[in-house]
This record gives sequence, C-alpha cells and structure tokens, in this order.
Amino acid sequence: MAANFYVAPEQLMKDRADYARKGIARGRALVAVEYSDGVVFAGENPSGSLHKTSEIYDRIAFAAVGRYNEFESLRVAGIRLADVKGYQYAREDVTAKPLANAYSQALGASFMGGDKPFEVELLIAQVDERIGTDRDEDTSLELFHILYDGSIVDEHRFVAIGGETEPLTASLERHWEAGFTRDAAVQCAVGALSEAAGRELTSDVLEVSGLDATRDRRRFFRLRDQALRDAMGA
Amino acid sequence: MTSHPNELLAGLPHPFASGGSSFFETLRRHAPDAVPPVMAGAIPEHLRHLLVEGTTVLAVVAAGSVVMAGDRRATAGNQISRGDMRKVFPADAASAIAISGAAGPAMELAKVFATELEHYEKVEGEPLSLEGKSTKLAGMVRAHLPMAMQGLVVVPLFCGVDQRTGVPKIFEYDPAGGRYLATDQAATGSGSLAARATLKRLADRDSDTDTAVRTAVEALYDAAEEDSATGGPDLIRRIYPIVAVIDADGYRELDDEVVAATIEAVVEARRPAR
Repeated sequence: MAANFYVAPEQLMKDRADYARKGIARGRALVAVEYSDGVVFAGENPSGSLHKTSEIYDRIAFAAVGRYNEFESLRVAGIRLADVKGYQYAREDVTAKPLANAYSQALGASFMGGDKPFEVELLIAQVDERIGTDRDEDTSLELFHILYDGSIVDEHRFVAIGGETEPLTASLERHWEAGFTRDAAVQCAVGALSEAAGRELTSDVLEVSGLDATRDRRRFFRLRDQALRDAMGA
Repeated sequence: MTSHPNELLAGLPHPFASGGSSFFETLRRHAPDAVPPVMAGAIPEHLRHLLVEGTTVLAVVAAGSVVMAGDRRATAGNQISRGDMRKVFPADAASAIAISGAAGPAMELAKVFATELEHYEKVEGEPLSLEGKSTKLAGMVRAHLPMAMQGLVVVPLFCGVDQRTGVPKIFEYDPAGGRYLATDQAATGSGSLAARATLKRLADRDSDTDTAVRTAVEALYDAAEEDSATGGPDLIRRIYPIVAVIDADGYRELDDEVVAATIEAVVEARRPAR
C-alpha cells in the first residue's frame, strides 16, 4: 500500500492557487470598461471565432481569461442556467447576481475539493435601463469578477483580468472618465491594452464586445471589422 | 435561483453529446417538471368545451420577403373566447412562427421554439440555418404527437428569410411532425380552406411586400367571412390582424394604422357600387 504523505492544508491551498494563477497568466489579459450606456470588453485575441466574451442572456454578458476549454464549458453552463430560469419564470427574473454566485460556488468547490482548480477568471456583467435622466448618476451596471478560487469581487468603472494586470489597471486609472461614450470606452480599453503590450494593437487582433442598455431586448453587441475600426477612430 | 454548486455544474456540457446546443434537451434534463407529461386517455367531455382554440394563420411569399398574418379570434367550444389573441410570434431576428390549434400548448410551442433558436445561437455563436430551424420545429411537433392524439392538436406555420441566400421560405406542418416546403403561400387553422382559395388566386412570388400584405389581408377577410371561428377586423375596438413582414432587415410587425388602411382598401374594393 502506498503511503499518503502529509501535506499541510496551507501548503495544499497555496500549491493549488499557484497552479491556477500560472495557468491563467499564460493567456492574455482582458479589460472591461464602463461607459454611460453599459460596458465594453476588450482583449487581444487573434482568433475571429474562438471568443472570450459572450452573450448569456438579455442583459447579461460573460468574459473570461485562462484555459479555453474550461471557460467555454462554464459559459455554456451559464447560458443553460439562464435560459432554463428565464423559461420557467420570466425574462426579467434572470439576473447577474445569482449567476455570479453559481460560478463562484462552482469554482470554489473545484478549488477546494476537485481534481484540479479551474484555471480561469470570469467577469459577469449586467446592464439595466438607467432610472432617471441624470447622466452622472450611478450607472446601472453590475460587474462581478470571479477568481479561480471562487472569490467574488464587485467591480466598478473598469477592471482588468488575467495575468499581467498591473500595467493595464494603471493605464485605465489614468485615462478612465465618467460619462464615456461607447467609442471613448473602446479607445480607452484598446489604449490600455496597446500600452501594456508595448505595441499598437490593430482591429484584426482584438476582440471587442459589450452590453448596451439602449438596445432593445438582447443588449449584447460585438464590434468587428469596419464597425470596430470606426469605434477605435482608426 | 439558489446558487448550489451542482446546479451550474450539472449544466457543464459533455463533449460530443448530441443535443448539446438544444434548449429543449437541457430543459428535459435539468427541469423535467417543466416539460409537459404524456397523459393517458383522451380529454374528458366536460373539459373539452373549455379548451381554447386558435384559428386562421397564413403566410405569403414576395420578392425577397415573406408576410405572415393571423386573425385575433380564439374559440372555446361554441363560444368566442378572445378577440385579441396573438397567433404570430417572432421566432428570432429572421423568422416567425404562427400557431393554430389548442392555444395553450401552441403558445408554449412558440415560446420553447423561440428560446430554442436563441439558445442555439448563444451556445454555438451563430444562428441555425432556416432549414435547420424548420427541421427543429418538425421534431418539436412530432414530440407533441401523444397530446395531439388526445385532442390537443397543434399545427404551426413557420417562415423566414434564409440569411445566407436571401431566399424567403414558408414551411407547413401536420400534427405528426410532417414538414412541407410551400411554394408561395400557406394557411392553417379552421379558416384555412377559404384563405387558401384567395391565396392561390393572388399570391405572386415576384410581387413587392405591399402587395403580399394586401393578399394576406384579403385572404384573412375571406376566411372570416366563411368560417365562424375566424375573426374579422374589429372596427369598434380597433383590433386588427397581426401582420408581420420578414425581409433582409429582419422581423417587423406592421403598425395598426397600416393594417387598418389595408383593410379599408380591401373593404372599399368589395363594396357594391350603387
């Protein structure tokens, strides 16, 4: 019989966290930037079809970094959860918070007791119609950042997820302004990504999408090709 | 929604599982209570007259677009149950579904079908082809067959514009899930016989959308004249047929004023000269 070596729980958690963090750091970072009508996601992604961001439900979007096969499964699981709930109750009953909680629980359970932790970091966003007309009021954006260990952070204004986030956060901190238009938010996000990458990123290596509260029912949008170049002011 | 970790993890996709992008399959697996059970025996007599039935819906092809329309009457036994029922629904951005037959299961079918298309689009990243959508609907009608045999017959009509070729198409169904591509027009429901006669006479694949709208309204008017279960335009309450147009720009419904003006023109042409 093989002997089970004793490993201190602290060491076990630390090893798992290091493992997950290393996996995530291998991929490219992604930023989310709030603007007056919603949120913009931007990330360097040379693939035109393997997306890191997605629509989940009418008002809810998903963005992820890390291991593609893992976050793709989580994305589909989220769509299923949302669609089943919206079908059984009402479309307006599907909100980001319970979904973010479900992700947090799933990632947490896998981190503590699974074979290996998920090597992913997720963002779940929800936009609502603004109540009142004051453009400077608190926006109706909810942005949840879920880490590989299941910890969950409620973010505001902007957030960078993935490996090297410090230079991105520093750049966003300098350039972000309240009341951004969508295009200004795209330019701010792409500017931060370019600055961190040390080169000018062009539209063909970028994945840009987001949520726009002024759209009818399905508020997720994806900017491609000419639409993206226009938004970037290029 | 409780956030039990297993609830989300149960939805993790299995590689190569068939039906992986299907909402209906997901529902069957994760919320079996939400899927109608297969009942035993026929609907008892004392319930039969309470069942709400939807009646006439139709579709006409024009050049690059397709028009779908439905009257607003629902019946229960020999009573008129509703005068403002909706039988035409957007299935997604480029297609529409109209329903006839038992109203409850039919509206449910339209809802599940629309969710199904959206679910597929979100999971796969691109929408189904028009052919794929129509096949999916055939499967859902076929799955409904046990209920149809008990008397809850549901017959949908599906139409849309193929996003790849720009060709508008109409698909007809039978209660057993048979799927038939219509040439240029189709109608289903109790008034379909009268509607079909008019559609056959007036439908023209090469006409413009306005002509097709006029044809659809003419046919509905004839169906309402011949069939007691089909409602004509309600001029007192201003309830008009729902007329939807699907073209390259997607699905849109005509405003009441536009439909009212078309009805006015149709009636005017039929008024005997004095």
